[in-house]
Amino acid sequence: MEIEKKVKNLVAKLHPLERKVLPVLAKEINFSQIVEKSGLQGVEVMRALQWLENKEVLKIISEKKKRVSLDANGKKYSEEGLPERRFLEALSEDFLNLSAVAKKSHLDKEELNACLGLLKRKLAIDIQKEEELMVKLGPQGKILLDKKTPEEDFLNKKFPLDFDSVTDLDKLALDNLLQRKGFVKVEEVKDVSVELTPFGKELVKADLGEDVMGKLTAGLLKTGKWKDKKFREYDVEINVPQINGGKKHFVNEAVDYIKNIWLEMGFQEMKGNYVQSAFWDLDALFVPQDHPAREMQDTFYLSGKAKLPPLWNKVKEVHKTGGETGSKGWGNFSREETEQLLLRTHTTVLSARTISELKEEDLPAKFFAVGKVFRNEALDWKHLFEFYQVEGIVIDPNANLKHLKGYLREFYNKMGFEKVRMRPAHFPYTEPSVEVDVYHPVKKEWVELGGAGIFRPEVVKPLLGFDCPVLAWGQGMGRIISEYWKITDIRDLYKNDLKQLREMKVWLK
Amino acid sequence: MPTITLNKKVFEKLVGKKLPLEELKDRISMLGTDLEKIEDNEIVVEVFPNRPDLLSEQGFARAFASFIGEKTGLRDYAVKRSGDKVIVDSSVDNIRPFTACAIVKKLKFDEETIREVIQIQEKLHVTFGRNRKKLAIGIYPMEKIKFPITYSAEDPNKIKFKPLEANREMTGLQVLGHHKAGREYGYLLENLDKFPVFRDATGEVLSMPPIINSDLMGKVTEETKEVFIECSGFDFEALNKCLNMIVTALAEMGGEIYSLDLEYPQKNFVTPNLFPDKMKFNLSYANQRLGLDLTEKEAKELLEKMGYGYDQGTVLVPSYRADILHQIDLVEDIAIAYGYENFEEIIPEVATIGAEDKLEKFFRKVRDILVGLKLLEVKNYHLLNEIELNAQMLLDEEIVGLKSSTGDYNHLRNYVLPSLMKNLNENQHNEFPQNIFEIGRTFVSDKGEETGVKEKEHLSVVLCHDQVDFTEIKQILDVLMKSLGLECSVKESKHNSFIPGRVGDIMVGGKKIGVVGELSPEVLTNWDLMVPVVSLELNLEDLFEKVFP
Repeated sequence: MEIEKKVKNLVAKLHPLERKVLPVLAKEINFSQIVEKSGLQGVEVMRALQWLENKEVLKIISEKKKRVSLDANGKKYSEEGLPERRFLEALSEDFLNLSAVAKKSHLDKEELNACLGLLKRKLAIDIQKEEELMVKLGPQGKILLDKKTPEEDFLNKKFPLDFDSVTDLDKLALDNLLQRKGFVKVEEVKDVSVELTPFGKELVKADLGEDVMGKLTAGLLKTGKWKDKKFREYDVEINVPQINGGKKHFVNEAVDYIKNIWLEMGFQEMKGNYVQSAFWDLDALFVPQDHPAREMQDTFYLSGKAKLPPLWNKVKEVHKTGGETGSKGWGNFSREETEQLLLRTHTTVLSARTISELKEEDLPAKFFAVGKVFRNEALDWKHLFEFYQVEGIVIDPNANLKHLKGYLREFYNKMGFEKVRMRPAHFPYTEPSVEVDVYHPVKKEWVELGGAGIFRPEVVKPLLGFDCPVLAWGQGMGRIISEYWKITDIRDLYKNDLKQLREMKVWLK
Repeated sequence: MPTITLNKKVFEKLVGKKLPLEELKDRISMLGTDLEKIEDNEIVVEVFPNRPDLLSEQGFARAFASFIGEKTGLRDYAVKRSGDKVIVDSSVDNIRPFTACAIVKKLKFDEETIREVIQIQEKLHVTFGRNRKKLAIGIYPMEKIKFPITYSAEDPNKIKFKPLEANREMTGLQVLGHHKAGREYGYLLENLDKFPVFRDATGEVLSMPPIINSDLMGKVTEETKEVFIECSGFDFEALNKCLNMIVTALAEMGGEIYSLDLEYPQKNFVTPNLFPDKMKFNLSYANQRLGLDLTEKEAKELLEKMGYGYDQGTVLVPSYRADILHQIDLVEDIAIAYGYENFEEIIPEVATIGAEDKLEKFFRKVRDILVGLKLLEVKNYHLLNEIELNAQMLLDEEIVGLKSSTGDYNHLRNYVLPSLMKNLNENQHNEFPQNIFEIGRTFVSDKGEETGVKEKEHLSVVLCHDQVDFTEIKQILDVLMKSLGLECSVKESKHNSFIPGRVGDIMVGGKKIGVVGELSPEVLTNWDLMVPVVSLELNLEDLFEKVFP
């Protein structure tokens, strides 16, 4: 009962090729025989057999075997007769000269010579040397003419021949033939056969029924013919070939995710150029003009000079003397330095520009940026020369450090971190400056994730026209992206290996 | 960031208190320094560049002892007058114009303390001294020095001395050419016809700043009990701060500080000057910034925990602090003393409306359409090289280069297409078809711009497989335009990167916004590609304007 059910289930799912092969298997187990009887191509039979093997219907047995087959001369002489026979048949009991024999037997010179030696040894011919060689049948010759040689019998067998099936008697003939050039060869070949399992034995006896339908086609639907037939059941568990769809770049997915967090928190997006002046990128942010980060080996500079906005004079004053900010300033300021062109080193340049465009009645206001920044670094597994930075500012006359801590918690909560810690830090344009740690839920430890602070009065006053707390925080994106996709070599972010891009999971946060 | 290595035992002795390990770790990070590691008797701490005064065992311990409440308030360092002179010659004016000097006596050096002094000097050179460019420090044993010392600038061929770590006498020029320190820092004296030099009263060279000391006069040993210290450079104020950091650290080691009279051509000074700077402090400003409600007494206590003195609205700033420019710097130190961990989190009720950049939003729409067409998005650097941008594309366009750059990446791309060609080149082993796109920024020179560079957002698509042809890329273009509700036509044109007769301008509303075509076999060969490629590239900002006129 159990087996019957199994057989029935299987029959319903048989592929057309399996259907053709199965009935043959009742009688044939040798691969080449199955191919012949099924009328299919070798590859088709092999596919069907493999599927059936997977279904535990049979076992494919592959053995190495020695096989005897005819070589070129062997084929030729098995049709035309051996040269020595033709030679003998051309003779009579009277001497004949060799050229007459050649003419009668249609043998060439080489064959004639071979026959002379061979037949003489067997005492089948007598030779007399005159002007030309004269030959006649010898004592054994007549006997040989009446009876076939073991070699001739052997050549008449059906080839290819299983070497193991050659009898001892035939072995002698085979050995003789092997000594003759191009008659027979013995090769090692792979012999494929099948062995039915007990279940397979039941299956081949089963009625496979009528033809079942493969694909449902428009034609079948139009004609309604599908009503008369049964559908073949598919093996739905089997693996199918892979296809490739379109996909967003994974870094952009992460960017969209971060942007959404800012948008949900009521921030407006800032965008701007990658090429900036040192004025906007550094001086407006009160970065001293001799700051190490400004050096050639840290920043990408371009040739040429930037045009400065009118407020550059105010910024110059703040650097030199503190201007109206109550600061001492840095004591110096060079126009040449501030006019330099560079690839922006941080998105904070966008914050500076944004603040410079605000008026008192626009406040409070919140802005964010997610954008590329550049550092003059050689590419290696942990350094890129361009990378994403994320940054937000809150310009609010009533803001204070407690608010900053609150915003940070809200921001990082949205990113999945429950606890946030602030530690003292230093950035040239913020005071107080804050290092932001989050408690990593998986690693179970504090992890440094971002920087934050309140912009210095030396930054805000010249840009905005009056001093006002500007809360700011930001971070790189490399860490969260690498962690999500388990990337250990940061260069993989922009390697654009298409296989990797196609197979990557999407951002699911 | 610079690090300093502290000997834990020495550190604890200086602080005057031994803290449990966890508390020590916590306090170090909450002081505003990053603890790198604590191992056995060694504490390694990262110091932010605004606090060079923490770059010595003594300076760090001083700040730490105050912070944990062990020894708060302004430290008093006595300065005795030596009466000795340093004469500054006017020849240094345009060379290296300033010096600030001091003497410290009653020192007890051993191997460990000498190493410590060298550490202070080196750390200050690198950070505060901007690698000796802004300032350099020299420390000399007093035994052989005869005062007054002169600081002048001289013909480098006339400066002759045997420098430290050399085995013979050299001239100033030879030092630059042949001495290790000369080769490393020689650029600081490049193009000068005179080099700065310190000599004592007998004319013996002490050093040639900012390069190297004399082996005879400038080598501190375990026998040294008294030292002469000079800082030379371009910013007198910074030199004084630096000198103060060093002499107060030596005083914490047990030394006695003596001043020197500096005779500048126009004016005389006495250094070191350890009087605290005075700064006006507005308590309500501090409370407002921090969201606190501190009383004056509380603020005073917090300031004292950071090493300040306070007297009726005025803060006394230690003479070794180089980072106090504005009272906001005091506000930060109050916050640190209060403890960043002790601030509550408050989310204020400030209603603002979030808004995505319009162009960015548009890009997302374009991206969605292309992904729907089974295209794979890639993302490349904005930098490529000249060969990739021009020669390999059979173009000769003006492109924007970088002055300082890294190897193969030294020009800003003017089109996205070369980036995609590079992607194809690197993906030949992967499965075809390779149909990819990128939305990204491009750069061209434009004198009208503030920076002389115009940045434009482009879209480029390439299709690469054995059967690809012009029709296929035009189909992509058609779907894109139809989805955006635009009418678009292609007008035959010429372009070196493409096969003649198989390239056209993409026209929308009478304006050319891009190019579509089949890449020429020569371009493909240049990129080592053996599979045909068709492409389009268009200006997304122009497209945006057509969609939202």
